[in-house]
Amino acid sequence: MIELTDTNSSAIAAEFVRARTRAGSPAMGMVMTLIIVVDEDEAEEAMLAARQASHEHPARVLGVVLGDGRGAAQINAQVGTGAGWTGETAVIRLKGEVVKHPESVVLPLLLPDSPVAIWWPCHPPSDPAADPLGALARRRITDAAAAKRGRAQAIHQQCAVYAKGNTDLAWTRLTPWRALLAAALDQHPLKVTRASISAERISPSADLLDAWLRDRLKVDVDRSASDGPGITEVVLETREGPIRIARPDGRLATFTSPGRPDRPIALKRRDLPQLLAEELRRLDEDDVYAATARRLAKMKVRS
Amino acid sequence: MTYANPLRDPEDRRLPRIAGPCGLVLFGVTGDLSRKKVMPAIYDLANRGLLPPGFSLVGFARRDWADQDFAQIVHDSVKAHARTEFREEVWQQLAEGIRFVQGDFDDDAAFDRLRRTIEVLDEERGTGGNHAFYLAIPPGFFGAVVGQLKEHGLADEHDGSWRRVVVEKPFGHDLESARELNSILDRVFPSGSIFRIDHYLGKETVQNILAMRFANELFEPIWNANYVDHVQITMAEDIGIGGRAGYYDGIGAARDVIQNHLLQLMSLVAMEEPTSFEAESLRIEKQKVLSSIVLPRRLDLTTARGQYAPGWAGGEKVNGFLEEEGIKKTSTTETYAAVTLHVDTRRWAGVPFYLRTGKRLGRRVTEVAIVFKRAPHLPFTKTATEELTQNALVIRVQPDEGMTIRFGSKVPGTAMEIRDVNMDFVYGGSFVESSPEAYERLILDVLLGDPPLFPRHEEVELSWKILDPILEHWAGKGKPEPYPSGTWGPESADKMLARDGRVWRRP
Repeated sequence: MIELTDTNSSAIAAEFVRARTRAGSPAMGMVMTLIIVVDEDEAEEAMLAARQASHEHPARVLGVVLGDGRGAAQINAQVGTGAGWTGETAVIRLKGEVVKHPESVVLPLLLPDSPVAIWWPCHPPSDPAADPLGALARRRITDAAAAKRGRAQAIHQQCAVYAKGNTDLAWTRLTPWRALLAAALDQHPLKVTRASISAERISPSADLLDAWLRDRLKVDVDRSASDGPGITEVVLETREGPIRIARPDGRLATFTSPGRPDRPIALKRRDLPQLLAEELRRLDEDDVYAATARRLAKMKVRS
Repeated sequence: MTYANPLRDPEDRRLPRIAGPCGLVLFGVTGDLSRKKVMPAIYDLANRGLLPPGFSLVGFARRDWADQDFAQIVHDSVKAHARTEFREEVWQQLAEGIRFVQGDFDDDAAFDRLRRTIEVLDEERGTGGNHAFYLAIPPGFFGAVVGQLKEHGLADEHDGSWRRVVVEKPFGHDLESARELNSILDRVFPSGSIFRIDHYLGKETVQNILAMRFANELFEPIWNANYVDHVQITMAEDIGIGGRAGYYDGIGAARDVIQNHLLQLMSLVAMEEPTSFEAESLRIEKQKVLSSIVLPRRLDLTTARGQYAPGWAGGEKVNGFLEEEGIKKTSTTETYAAVTLHVDTRRWAGVPFYLRTGKRLGRRVTEVAIVFKRAPHLPFTKTATEELTQNALVIRVQPDEGMTIRFGSKVPGTAMEIRDVNMDFVYGGSFVESSPEAYERLILDVLLGDPPLFPRHEEVELSWKILDPILEHWAGKGKPEPYPSGTWGPESADKMLARDGRVWRRP
């Protein structure tokens, strides 16, 4: 890592090129730019997650730490390649006036002609698509479950301002559940009459699952609170009996379906790098999420 | 009215395909293939959430084992060879469905027990009568096993359930034996239920050949005899035959590798655009190209074979083939084979395809190199372009999966001096979750009943038709030419290209 103090975008860009030449491999097959907007406290963990995800998606990762907005503008950066990264990385710390204009720092550092994704590990803007940094990206990743304030409303807020390219890790966390539920109906081609979900009291993923089931199945969904972790049970009622997936410990689930013996199935809660890697796998609009978000935006916030 | 699953949406591309209720019956549980590839792949699939709840694995072997003993074998092999992290809950899910049936292939009582075991699994685990039989055994036993499966009603599909059979190479040792093998399988299973595994086709890079060719505008216009000078397809191994003397002696490099892997690679590189990526359309195109392959008239001048001699390979002193344990001093089995093939189509007329494979070569590498013609006119002095060779596009299949383009560039600082440079594309690759082992992909495809990546018997037979005359020619020629271990093969292979005015790439 090379430290650059009181620097600017072109110096950072020049350092990228120098670092690559020093590493002896001036060409790199990077596929995207990933911007991460974080606080100083969360920066390390977020960069670590991005590093692991970068193995699947070689990227130029730009960590942007927005500091105190008062005083004279100052930009400090740490630039590096290698050391566990596929691609390049820079942590850019902004202070003073420039905090209000972070896009001016980031824009010259975007890889030419390749997609841009942005991720807010904790404090998402209230409207990601309208955010100056968010506007640079084609994929905008928020994480309602990690919101520090107003966690119960966070996912509703994100769904209300949904724009093409927005996505939330609460939705990513649902993929294994949704896959299993869809597979269950492949095996039991039955009409679902009612559904129910048990989850932690505040669970953005459960809210999205609720909206998805309502949207797809056109049924009512009952909700009940459990001690978690996350979603603990989902039941689809059918004419022949319930299809139930119960996961009390966040790891091993029991799959129950009409006329079939109960079976255990591993359904582990995934960690950040895996979620991020899934999110970066496709950068076009997620139509199913769009429909689900529209649906959720119409539903009431659970108190 | 057909049922449309309301939770499925073609737009929903996050949802992985999970196999329906099913089980796998594994014959030959103690072999390397089972322990190093099949069992770990099954665990990895479970870990990625792609196996159905209740998936069951039945082992069949002569050993006097209980279910737990077999489970222990699977456990050990998973711990040692699985690609993804070992997790207790995933193991628990798998372990509950592991069964073992003891018996010989000619033991009627054992196959009766196997049938009952499967029926009990359908009852207890809900496998729904869907079972795949994985024959990880020498092909000599296929007849006995599938005969038993038929006799004991194990191959019968009942109301909507499926039975499939999975076989590995070698698919025979010549056209006649391949046909025989096919007819043995055909008598018991319909051709759509026979899955032949060529693990090369499960590799991401190999599938990417189709993406690269047919999703881009850049390559297809030059993918023909107007621009391509010749194509080299190489699969080199740095190891010797190891403990596989019993299998390898009498088979040799051409049967072991060229007949399946290299001809499949060649057909993907040379085929015309399929109408879609459905199994049927791909098969039609592959078959078309395989049936247009012709051999040169003079096989003595256009093929080469060799046997590795003692020497130093990669800093280690190694034995020659004839000193390997279990190999007769007089063995004429080749460990290196190179052949010249032509494709009689408008696209490829006059473009030779050079295929080579060998053991104890310089390094382990598999690649396809498309070598282009030299520019028809070079507006430079002769000295300026002395170091410029031919442009090339190299698809690196393994290791270091990716693509290289080689072209000429001016040497900085000189007046005008042109030299070859390489431009590299490397797959992100090392991250595990998304770049599955070939076997994972293929086993999942078997369970899903998705056949595009499996060669059909027509392809197998066409490949033998290509290879048989070469094998016959060699059979009458005595011993293969020795080459020192750790080098790039026998001199005759270099001469074979030199006759055409070409040289092998050093991969």
